[in-house]
Amino acid sequence: MCLAIPSKITHIDENGMAAIDVDGVQRQTSLLLIEDPQVGDYVIVHAGFAIHKIDEKFALESLAVLRESLALSMQTDRL
Amino acid sequence: MSIKHLEEYRDPELARRLIDRICHIRSKPVRLMEVCGTHTVSIFRSGVRSVLPVDISLVSGPGCPVCVTDQSDIDAFIAISRMNGVIVATFGDLIRVPGTESSLEAERAGGRDIRMVYSPMDALDIARAHPDKRVVFLGVGFETTAPTIAATMMTAMASQLSNYLVYSAHKTVPPALDALVNAPDVQIDGFILPGHVSVMIGSDAYLFLKTVHHMPSVIAGFEPADILQAVYLLVSQIHAGMPELDNAYPRAVTSTGNPKAISIMNAVFEPVDAAWRGIGTIPRSGLKIREEYAVMDAARQLDIRVPEPVIVTGCACGDILKGIKTPPECALYKKRCTPVNPVGPCMVSSEGTCAAYYRYQ
Ligand code: SF4
Repeated sequence: MCLAIPSKITHIDENGMAAIDVDGVQRQTSLLLIEDPQVGDYVIVHAGFAIHKIDEKFALESLAVLRESLALSMQTDRL
Repeated sequence: MSIKHLEEYRDPELARRLIDRICHIRSKPVRLMEVCGTHTVSIFRSGVRSVLPVDISLVSGPGCPVCVTDQSDIDAFIAISRMNGVIVATFGDLIRVPGTESSLEAERAGGRDIRMVYSPMDALDIARAHPDKRVVFLGVGFETTAPTIAATMMTAMASQLSNYLVYSAHKTVPPALDALVNAPDVQIDGFILPGHVSVMIGSDAYLFLKTVHHMPSVIAGFEPADILQAVYLLVSQIHAGMPELDNAYPRAVTSTGNPKAISIMNAVFEPVDAAWRGIGTIPRSGLKIREEYAVMDAARQLDIRVPEPVIVTGCACGDILKGIKTPPECALYKKRCTPVNPVGPCMVSSEGTCAAYYRYQ
């Protein structure tokens, strides 16, 4: 089962393990599968491993593009 | 803690606009397959199915790892759990899958040491804590899970932990999609491609769907707006007669995926032909442990004997995994087969289509 909600890295220890915050719950996750993790990063976690860093700014940008394309196609319909 | 983009992807107004667009452009009935089990659950839970026009059908595919695990592998898991000096570590969903003669749940009730873990890392901890036992992790799952298990095997190798073994029944998604498209009895107009398998393998891994099969395909995230956007893009592609490979989950999926995770997976595993429940053997769709890691391969190290597999007659799980049948078309659904007394794996797994229908329909 994939956990869809990204979690925030709150602490990184010397063994490449991190403490993460999953909707308010603290968990341990391994950082072995990602490059250059930092405290504060939002990561997608699968089976106790961080597998991707989410760029919040980019996430909001792609949403803006979607909203814009929807608004545009609505306009064209009305022409 | 709040994540701004997530709230926005749950915005009902955005969902309503997407539904408007979908209703506006559709022209003929379409069958779209959501390949991933987490999508199946998310589609049911969010009610996406009920807001779509009736001539857009969403059918579930082979993306529930427990469901596609072949009966002979389930029987092997049970045989391993019966061995002396062995502790079995597994993800929870496997426990209740009926094998030919027993289930892990029944074996555990009979006194065998079978432990549910949240992460394969927990299995490593069990191995460290019990040096006198062999700890066998039952590896099922796709490209999202296989790298995590490969990482535990590398860690075990590096720390010379000699009592950690893995039985690999891992599978890979692109060869299964190829097999589905080529199956004459499967009728699909477009694929909603898995989110987190794609995080790992990248969108380029599906290019063959467009170039070889001309099959409309969209990678999707798990929020309602993500799934509706994928449906919208698929319906647009179908309507325009221009099959594409679109990525509707760019905040998590890149064209090349996660190269670090894939290189760890490939260092430990190599492709092998594998049997899928309902679908049969698909060339190079499984992951076998490489020779370099043979000392950790439960299939090589243990003398596993399984009975001739008997597939429960009447269970239509195999056809459901190909999108040919829906659960209500199975004669046992809600009668002999319920989540409390599951007959087939599609009812056992929380990601199984029968379980999702039972809970949300
Ligand atoms: S309802 Fe039960 S018996 Fe029927 S297909 Fe689903 S799992 Fe198999």
